[in-house]
Amino acid sequence: MIRFETVSKDFPDGTRAVDELTFEAATGQITVLVGPSGCGKTTSLRMINRMIQPTGGRIWIDDQDTAQLDEAQLRRGIGYVIQHAGLFPHRTVVANIATVPMLLGWNKRRAEARALELLERVGLPTSFAKRYPAQLSGGQQQRVGVARALAADPPVMLMDEPFSAVDPVVREQLQDEFLRLQDDLGKTIVFVTHDIDEAIKLGDRVAVLRAGGKLAQLADPAYLLAHPVDDFVADFVGRDRGYRALGFQASPQFLLMQEQTVPLGATPAQAADGARDGWILVVDANRRPLGWIEPDRITTPIEPEMLQRGGTVATAGGPLRNVLDAALSSPSRRGVIVDDQGALLGTIRAHKVLAEIEERARPELQDDEAPR
Amino acid sequence: MIWLRGHLGDVLGLTVQHIYLAGVPLLLGLLIALPFGWLARRYRGLYPLLIIGTGLLYTIPSLALFIMLPLLLGTKILDPNNVVIAMTIYTVALLVRTVADGLGSVPDEVNQAATAMGYRRVRRFMSVELPLAVPVISAGLRVAAVSNVSIVSVAALIGVPQLGSLFTDGFNRAFLDPIVVGVTACVLLALLFDMTILGATHLVTPWQRAGKASV
Repeated sequence: MIRFETVSKDFPDGTRAVDELTFEAATGQITVLVGPSGCGKTTSLRMINRMIQPTGGRIWIDDQDTAQLDEAQLRRGIGYVIQHAGLFPHRTVVANIATVPMLLGWNKRRAEARALELLERVGLPTSFAKRYPAQLSGGQQQRVGVARALAADPPVMLMDEPFSAVDPVVREQLQDEFLRLQDDLGKTIVFVTHDIDEAIKLGDRVAVLRAGGKLAQLADPAYLLAHPVDDFVADFVGRDRGYRALGFQASPQFLLMQEQTVPLGATPAQAADGARDGWILVVDANRRPLGWIEPDRITTPIEPEMLQRGGTVATAGGPLRNVLDAALSSPSRRGVIVDDQGALLGTIRAHKVLAEIEERARPELQDDEAPR
Repeated sequence: MIWLRGHLGDVLGLTVQHIYLAGVPLLLGLLIALPFGWLARRYRGLYPLLIIGTGLLYTIPSLALFIMLPLLLGTKILDPNNVVIAMTIYTVALLVRTVADGLGSVPDEVNQAATAMGYRRVRRFMSVELPLAVPVISAGLRVAAVSNVSIVSVAALIGVPQLGSLFTDGFNRAFLDPIVVGVTACVLLALLFDMTILGATHLVTPWQRAGKASV
């Protein structure tokens, strides 16, 4: 657990970057600090490992006052990941990952064995071990950055916008892998971002900071979307809050409609035979959905380029948001639901999903935040 | 060429002297410039002072310095150490800025990351900042090396023997051969220094040659 106790930071020029911040980052959880630029989120993060010295208050890690610890020792016990990874350009990938173990005095063989293990853990082939950072893509460098932070197995990790310098597709991959990794490792993580969507996706708890380094609200993501404490937080968490909140609600066992399907290469007559409301779903040999087609509009056997691919596909038991989106985006108005292997289970219409949503309770407003 | 054949031993002896008088100050100067360069980086207020101050040293005429040093240090006028010290001063003059700029070329996020990993200051300097500053420092060192090889020859005027002695000898006797041999030897020596620095740099910076990502 990391605990901020009325922590402030005044810079020599008189600006107050962080203003009496008090909060806890729970053990084994991801606590995200999010806010506009100038809200002191990075300053707050860097005060934890004393890259920046607080001018007031205390920061505790478990029962240790960090101000009492030797700086270098403290930092070796805290994993740190930054934007652009900050890898050492003159060291190979494996040497980069082994940095903290070597500082801690491990012997070289053990440190390198550990580094190779982590390389695989973050999804990179061990053939990358002897490469230099300049030979990796941005996303690969960032993975090495995460591996380096994990090398000495620190209980605490600090992450400063680690995924914001890579393109959106890679970012999403890195986020998903990071969540999977955290499921295994259960580190106490403080994560800084300016991107509220990233905060909501990754955070077990999200702390919204406002300019001047004041805590506006600290809550779990679903609660934050349902009950922003004031206009600032409401504006910051943005539009589509109702829709985005569905991302936190697991869908129930819906009663699905059975679909007739055809494979690629089916004739217009075969397709027309199973069509409902003018549409039929095309699947591959493993019953994975490929796209919708209107048999009335085709005159030759079905080719891949004839398919309508606009519809998204939702996994059964996944978030309600994905199920609703599948229904809303489907050309046939029937949302496609698949199992974990991606094979078709059936379809559902939007009004069925909405009926389920209306049944659901919103996160309860906590007493101490009730309007007075 | 006949002259060279007759005096090969002498010329070789002078060359070795020359290497010593130009080379040792290069190493000493680098060692001294490192902490000054680091100071200039670390305390921004000192940067202009150190850079301009050490830079001015280079403007002292070498002959004047060779003559003044014995007076200041109490050494004998023919003591080769005078030349070593003078050349060290010139090397420092050229390298403080180079070292400061080399350290400045280390990306900020790399330094931040090193600190956050738990490097203490001295170890960070030795194992992160200095290795990354090598390409810039090496470029400055090559300039200093060539400059040293050339300036050392002036010491012939105060009677410290090295390749420059061939110039005074040839001049006194109005005889061209030793001068031509001396100039050629100086050029070859400068080339040798340059190649040595280039080779050493090549060895310690394998990361500079790593190709870009193929993605």
